[in-house]
Amino acid sequence: MATRAEGGSGLSWLLWAIVAALGAIALGVIALSRGETINALWLVVAAICVHLIGYRVYGLFIARRVLRIDPARPTPAVRRNDGLDFVPTNRIVLFGHHFAAIAGAGPLVGPVLAAQMGYLPGTLWILAGVVFAGAVQDLIVLFVSTRRDGRSLGEIIRSEMGDVPGVIAMVGILAIMIILLAVLALIIVKALADSPWGTFTVFATMPVAIVMGLYGRYLRPGRVAEVSAIGFAGLLAAILVGGEVAASPIWAPAFTFSGEALALMLIGYGFVASVLPVWLLLAPRDYLSTFLKIGTILGLAIGIFIVRPELQMPAVTRFVDGSGPVFAGNLFPFLFITIACGAVSGFHSLVASGTTPKMIESEAHIPLIGYGAMLMESFVAVMAMVAASVLDPAVYFALNSPVALIGANAADAAAAVSSWGFAITPAALDEVARQVGETSILSRTGGAPTLAVGMAQILSDVIGGPGMMAFWYHFAILFEALFILTTVDAGTRVARFMIQDLAGTVSPRMRDTSNWTGNLAATALAVGGWGWFLYQGVTDPLGGINTLWPLFGIANQMLAAIALTLCTIVLFKMKRERFAWVTMVPLAWLLVCTLTAGWQKIFHADPRIGFLAHASRYSDVLGRGEVLAPAKGQGQMRQVIFNDYVNAALCALFIAVVLAMLVYGLRAIAAARRSQTPTAMETADAVA
Amino acid sequence: MPWRDVMKRTAQTARLMVGLPDYEAYLAHRRVAHPDEPALSRVEFHRDRTARRFGDSASRCC
Repeated sequence: MATRAEGGSGLSWLLWAIVAALGAIALGVIALSRGETINALWLVVAAICVHLIGYRVYGLFIARRVLRIDPARPTPAVRRNDGLDFVPTNRIVLFGHHFAAIAGAGPLVGPVLAAQMGYLPGTLWILAGVVFAGAVQDLIVLFVSTRRDGRSLGEIIRSEMGDVPGVIAMVGILAIMIILLAVLALIIVKALADSPWGTFTVFATMPVAIVMGLYGRYLRPGRVAEVSAIGFAGLLAAILVGGEVAASPIWAPAFTFSGEALALMLIGYGFVASVLPVWLLLAPRDYLSTFLKIGTILGLAIGIFIVRPELQMPAVTRFVDGSGPVFAGNLFPFLFITIACGAVSGFHSLVASGTTPKMIESEAHIPLIGYGAMLMESFVAVMAMVAASVLDPAVYFALNSPVALIGANAADAAAAVSSWGFAITPAALDEVARQVGETSILSRTGGAPTLAVGMAQILSDVIGGPGMMAFWYHFAILFEALFILTTVDAGTRVARFMIQDLAGTVSPRMRDTSNWTGNLAATALAVGGWGWFLYQGVTDPLGGINTLWPLFGIANQMLAAIALTLCTIVLFKMKRERFAWVTMVPLAWLLVCTLTAGWQKIFHADPRIGFLAHASRYSDVLGRGEVLAPAKGQGQMRQVIFNDYVNAALCALFIAVVLAMLVYGLRAIAAARRSQTPTAMETADAVA
Repeated sequence: MPWRDVMKRTAQTARLMVGLPDYEAYLAHRRVAHPDEPALSRVEFHRDRTARRFGDSASRCC
């Protein structure tokens, strides 16, 4: 698309003029509609136009003028082609690979939570964030890594900034990984608690995956399509049987678990799954989750275009003042923390310095893959916002508010949500639950169930009608649970390697991955880390998501700040500082947001926001010898207080890491400025 | 692009999404660069890449 537009022929000018006009009209409709619902299509069209123009104008500007990509320069894939890791790959094929690697649960969950402030603030941040921050980071990190033989972010930080910043960044990345795994696991627990249909379906994926694994290992090795077809048939059967299980008075109780029980099971699963051979469970489920993810995203896009639903959520709700039930805190900075993936996600800097740079055929493909794939993820985030906003806002708040605020039965919940200005009857809440095949939809926080109800509403309008809503709901839950489980499993392995690598800097013996004691100890540490935060989240008085999602958002944005610091240094070292604002502007914004949010999470006087205020509230009550719900007994009270201090300490660690990286970054920039010649440590062209 | 090429590219994309590069391209590379050495069989290739995908680097996002 872009390469054809380069010529600037009459036709391409006309096309871009149409895109610009269409985008302007769509944004105009969104901006001028007040007090009436608008069609979701306007949001989608505005997003597509902003993405196309952002790519054409800003993405290509960065690639050509700032980075001066050189299509003639041999890439690592060409120089080091081995047919395995380094493989020159068609740009469209590689785009698909890169997109599949960056798109996960993040862009689906963040916008759903942010919808409590209305669809407008979140959508504007998704669009502005991706064009000026997220896609810029992905593009430049991909470029930097491609120029360095596809080395990883950690290695590049070590070589461009030094060993100490290298170790600091590694500690930061490990902490982020642990929080990420905890929050993802919490999303599954929240979606499956007291839901026999969902629980049965997700449990059933394990035997299905093992059958696939054995088939692919011994019967028909390497036949991905056959294995996946078998698995897909198994999944559909699991959803259908799950409906019967939920309806059965004998079987339903057997698959009904509390959040605590599911959390413990998931922790045990995480440990076992991450030491099993990958071909048995992880790889086959990876096929299913990857293909289902791509298929569902495509299906949702098609569904939105066919159904063209109206957005029921107001453009801006009164919860922009920070009093919202889904997450606490003002629009600034917490909106920009809540939506990380989809606008800017630091995690992508690990992916963009992973397998993709080793497969780039020509530097000319870097903008399409680095900038373009991130725009696509941003589009997924906009669709998630649409799915959350097509719901009746009262249903949205009933789904996403903790029990502490709306109570545990439909009558209390309807009264609470109605008192916020979103009128609904208890019968209407029960009816939604019945339609999606659940006993209750109250306080199903974490984003996944909300997205599933929204998707079920859209997809059942295309296929099956209201009678199919329960099927589509559980299909959506299954799709999210599958790829979250895959990430938990693969992420635990990565965290284990990181722990062994870090321990190796102290005692080299720990690095030996053939040493089973070391492997098991590191795995136990990794699982124990995320498991601890998961369990704390499940028992959290405010529902867990309220605590863990902001921590994850802060961590993810701080990783982006670290990556953008590195990109800025590289621009100075390349003597391209004239254009350093390209990375410094988003970097400054991320620093302002994350440092403010981090500070508020620790010190804010409101116990719903500040960890220390929350701890002192519980301490006061404990001091009087009383107990504050939902804690039962003094032991649990002490546990809540201890959790608050750990969370505050973790927040402080994130702040310290990012400030340390900033100081080292400034020193590296000063050194680069003193030098007369470029000092970037690129791999020489001559290396064969 | 002819239909068959579209199908081929789609299959290649799907395989690479789960960490499997193109086996034919690997063979072609071995024939040109290392004609005297044995190449991995399709099954060995598949096992090697599967193990690599879940090795020591973060290959996916949240």
